[in-house]
Amino acid sequence: MAVRRLNRSILYAVLVVLSGVFLMPIYVLLTTSLKPNSEVDINHMWWLPHHITFEPWIQAFAQLGPNLGNSLYLAVGATVLSSIIGALNGYALSKWKFPGSNALFPIILFGMFIPYQSILIPLLKFVEGIHLYNTIPGLILTNTIYGIPITTLIFRNYYAGIPNELLESAQIDGNGYWGIFLRIMLPLAIPGFVVVAIWQFTNIWNEFLFAITLTTPPHQPVTVALQNLSGSDVVQWNVQMAGALEAALPTLLLYIFLGRYFIRGMLAGSVKG
Amino acid sequence: MRNSSTLAANTSYMPSLPVKKRRIHWSWNKTWAIVTLIPSLIAVGIFVYGFLGWTGYVSVTNWNSFIPNSSFAGLANYKAIFGDFRFQSDLRNLLFLTIFFILLCMAIGLFLAVLIDSKIKAESLFRNIFLFPMALSFIVTGVVWQWLLNPQTGVNLIFKALGAKHLPLWYTSSKVVPSFHLGQIQFGLPVALLAVIIAAVWQLSGFAMALYLSGLRAVPDEIKEAARVDGANEWRTFWRVTFPQLRPITVTVVVILIQMSLKTFDLVYAMTGPGNGYVTDQPSLDMFTTTFQADKYAQGAAIAIIMFLLMMVFVIPYLVQSLRKEDA
Repeated sequence: MAVRRLNRSILYAVLVVLSGVFLMPIYVLLTTSLKPNSEVDINHMWWLPHHITFEPWIQAFAQLGPNLGNSLYLAVGATVLSSIIGALNGYALSKWKFPGSNALFPIILFGMFIPYQSILIPLLKFVEGIHLYNTIPGLILTNTIYGIPITTLIFRNYYAGIPNELLESAQIDGNGYWGIFLRIMLPLAIPGFVVVAIWQFTNIWNEFLFAITLTTPPHQPVTVALQNLSGSDVVQWNVQMAGALEAALPTLLLYIFLGRYFIRGMLAGSVKG
Repeated sequence: MRNSSTLAANTSYMPSLPVKKRRIHWSWNKTWAIVTLIPSLIAVGIFVYGFLGWTGYVSVTNWNSFIPNSSFAGLANYKAIFGDFRFQSDLRNLLFLTIFFILLCMAIGLFLAVLIDSKIKAESLFRNIFLFPMALSFIVTGVVWQWLLNPQTGVNLIFKALGAKHLPLWYTSSKVVPSFHLGQIQFGLPVALLAVIIAAVWQLSGFAMALYLSGLRAVPDEIKEAARVDGANEWRTFWRVTFPQLRPITVTVVVILIQMSLKTFDLVYAMTGPGNGYVTDQPSLDMFTTTFQADKYAQGAAIAIIMFLLMMVFVIPYLVQSLRKEDA
């Protein structure tokens, strides 16, 4: 029994130490972002601030504020659109097996696996061609379309868990394709929407490659603006760290409060079938 | 709620429905299903398949300046990149990044999953701590680890306080170990790449943990019990009984992590850039700068096609296998 208790203590000690390692970057981000310029010094990175100031947060926000707005517009727009499309596709693919529908699913899914560099040149030319270069709608369009595979996958798997008997009885009640979708599938799919929305919002908010290819200042989302801020020699690193936290805050808060949906989205997106 | 209760009542008289009427109804619905899918199929057809073909086409043209040039170049761009010091470095870096990143993520992820699966208190707190970096962008990760692994400060201050004499140079190192000539480059592990690997593992080992945890939860307790009754200790039970059950999860983890490593772009872009002598460069970064900064579109497209083919080597067998399993 004593050995067992000792084992448990070691187990918890290991967990606490590892948690410390995982949280270390957050400690540095947070403490540095609250230090006045005079305390920012490479030799004292690990020290707590003597005087807490929000000045770096204010300065970072002055720079990143408009980009945070761009990111919000982009992430909300593309999340809503790709979720709706995914919900429709998932319904069509899971509940109405028509000849060839099993072949269509992998054709749609495939887009999830390509490195986006392999479509980047045509994408840029296309978006320029339809006059959406350097606009948030251009990024919304791009993120919506490349979001279709994952949202379709998650909804398809989600709907597969809804028993077909529900659909059949709804048909007897006189519901057609859209009636069943609106009255049965949508209300039952609300948790599925939460999973997809959180997953898409996080990914689109954090997206970088499309953003840096398709936009220039001041139309850039916050990931690109943060990269520019941190690459600049004139910006103090307390401001850089505050900026990094401001850019991370929306998805971090989503994770803290709705983490279990985030994990479900992650598992749904990775375990096929 | 209202919906489900009425539906439950309706199911009871289901079997009495005439079959013929239902068939007609269903085919009309299937038409709607096809109509629903058409816009997505067109979008994916253009943006995925069409654009892939377009990139492939660009890669065999002479479009290597600001002005588009569609004259046929054959495989000249592919020859050019494979003979290039930078692209050879990229392939070396990608190889080592992938190996180290995957092995470390799997080992740490499995270890964390086993710890969390030991019926501990505050389980969800610990799980959330190990997984939260997944919610951050690679740019944020890059910004913070650039400071933590800056040789002048960060982690090195701790090493110094602990009395270390030789402090690591992290991503500023230009060493390759072991170093031997291969083509144009020194083959071996670029030391600077370790800094990128550490940041990537910090961000994504929680992902491996979450997948392994779901796998561990699916292993029936009876199997483990049976092994223990047979006299196997915890260690042997784990490796002989539990671990083999995790094989399908391990395949999923490896395939997804390979994908992530092939796609690595943001993290390197934000944290180190191409590095001193291209020691941290990646094909993704090379493609981006070759295309959009040097205006060598055709060579950029050739790099992109190589990236795509590398990805397909791993993804196609996985897709085929998991879809076949679904049909069975």
